[in-house]
Amino acid sequence: MSSTLAPNKTTPAPRVITTEPRFTDKVFRAVVTTGGMISLVLLGLIGFFLVYNGFGAMREAGLSFLTGFDWVDAVPEENQPAAYGVGAMLYGTIVTGILAMLMGVPIAVGTALFLSYYAPEWLKKPMVVIVDVMAAIPSIVYGLWGYFVLMPHAEYWAKLIHKYFGFIPFFDMPAPVFTRSPFIAGMVLAIMITPIVTAVSREVFAQTPLERIQAAYALGATKWSMIKAVVIPYGRGGVIGGAMLGLGRALGETVAVYTVLNLVYDIRIEVLLSAGGSVASMIVNKFGEADSVELQALMAAGFVLFLVTLAVNFVANTIINKTARE
Amino acid sequence: MSQTVLMMKPQRPWKLTPKQILPDAIGALFTVATTLLLVAITPLKGKLGFALVLIAMAITTVTAISWIRRDRKAAMNSTTTVLVYIAASFVIIPLASVLYEIVRLGANALSFGMFTADMSLTASDSPLNEGGLLHALIGTAYVVIFATILSTPIGVLTALYIVEVKGRFAGVVRFFVQAMSGVPSIVAGLFIFAVWMVQLGNAYSAVAGAFALTVLMIPTVARTSEEVLKLIPGDLREAGLALGATQWRTVAMVIIPAAKSGLITAVILGIARVVGETAPLLLTIGGADAVNLNPLEGNMSAFPYHVWKNLLIGSENAISRAWQGVFVLMVIVLIFFALARYFGAVKGNKK
Repeated sequence: MSSTLAPNKTTPAPRVITTEPRFTDKVFRAVVTTGGMISLVLLGLIGFFLVYNGFGAMREAGLSFLTGFDWVDAVPEENQPAAYGVGAMLYGTIVTGILAMLMGVPIAVGTALFLSYYAPEWLKKPMVVIVDVMAAIPSIVYGLWGYFVLMPHAEYWAKLIHKYFGFIPFFDMPAPVFTRSPFIAGMVLAIMITPIVTAVSREVFAQTPLERIQAAYALGATKWSMIKAVVIPYGRGGVIGGAMLGLGRALGETVAVYTVLNLVYDIRIEVLLSAGGSVASMIVNKFGEADSVELQALMAAGFVLFLVTLAVNFVANTIINKTARE
Repeated sequence: MSQTVLMMKPQRPWKLTPKQILPDAIGALFTVATTLLLVAITPLKGKLGFALVLIAMAITTVTAISWIRRDRKAAMNSTTTVLVYIAASFVIIPLASVLYEIVRLGANALSFGMFTADMSLTASDSPLNEGGLLHALIGTAYVVIFATILSTPIGVLTALYIVEVKGRFAGVVRFFVQAMSGVPSIVAGLFIFAVWMVQLGNAYSAVAGAFALTVLMIPTVARTSEEVLKLIPGDLREAGLALGATQWRTVAMVIIPAAKSGLITAVILGIARVVGETAPLLLTIGGADAVNLNPLEGNMSAFPYHVWKNLLIGSENAISRAWQGVFVLMVIVLIFFALARYFGAVKGNKK
């Protein structure tokens, strides 16, 4: 009594060749994709919640939220309505940002050129460390240093500038108060953005094709002629992008600016005068004693700052990526 | 019968002869001499006057020498060389000044027992041998540890998504992470305040601060990890897959171990980035003078907050306390910075 299996005549089905990932890989990909999307979601949530919380203030003020100069709370006893506008602060932010670029970018680009083409070998490494350490110093440290160490010197420099260049409207002084001016804030910001501008510039300079550099030298160019003819045209986009990244940092800087800048809700072109504006510093300044209405306005101001810095960063990164790819 | 072998004397044509150095040496002497003379006889006074005249004289002398010896192009080259050197030295001066002042003003304020006491029984104006930084130390430890726990997986997963999975949105994610690293820290603080406090009704606490720092830390971790993962040679991936491993096994057993030191660097760089952040903490942790061991509720302090508070108080002892806090904060930042460089250098990653 034996039971034999029926002989299997059918040939096995051909193995299915597929790129379908295994189950574990599906899980893995799902997890990684979710993780990768978190940053996108976060960025979206930041915008959403700032708008959501600040919408009331923005609707109340309408366009004058962007153009208004006043930031006054409502005083019910005097029948004075609240008026919130970030115009003056936005203007001040841009002024200090531009001043920081004017002072910081030439130094940063010079340093990048130095590191790429001038520095002796032994100096390169320490110099790179120095720039990196500068980037690692927290903003509160720059704030403290700017207020107690730099300001006395900078005040004196501002007085000299006013004395000799006072005929230029920017350096005019309606009142002799030189401390905590946009000039000084710009100087502190210039120091703070130098590392990032240097790093980005150095990166694009390093990508300059070596054969073009050598060709320039072979044609008898001096070092500067070579830089002018090869490095600068090649790296211009990257340097501009780096400068804009620095501008983005400068626009969003809070604590360091707060300590060295006197916030005044007015638009002034005199950069040496102790009166400036900064959206980020204003938020910190007003946050402590804000009621719920003012808090909405602060959220809206934060949203404006978020949009401005995001836009600057988008443009900067686009330029840098384009330069790097060429 | 002797044969004279002509041996060429080894030469170093790149070494400058005294004759070649002479004009430069004379130029340098001339620059210093005229500077001293000008500062002495003109109304330009002080360090600033000296520096300005020195720069101007250096440029003119060097340019003039090159022009006389060669031509206009060489003169231009010399001018820009001096300018580039000046730019580089302008980077060193502020950093040296910052570090010097921190040591000078901060080291004076250091005291024994600054990590054994908090400020709950001490006014900011009291002498520095009373009170301490314990509350700030614990607060900073809490916010940084929680932020690290939250942001490390997200940052590394983001990098894996961009480099390993290469999903449909890899380019978009990469671009937005780049943009996210430019989000101002105050905006991160406002965002957490809007969600965690206003919408969800929570109070100030260390975790709220940690959430805000997480937002700032993710881009740093993600971008550095991405760079590190890109350095892993494709051979390793292909070898893993050719042995029949799934992608998950390849990443977990081959890629991550190979990139370990780089990933550690990424996390440490992220910590160094956020440990000194002040603005987001001002909106989220509330500040406290007493040690608070509960990270989930109750006001919390941190080094940046402590420094900020004492700076605003502004009396002499409070300012000393601020410098003391800054000194300790800087030591922490530099330790993390050194660690990052150490782990970054283990693999011989060229920087």
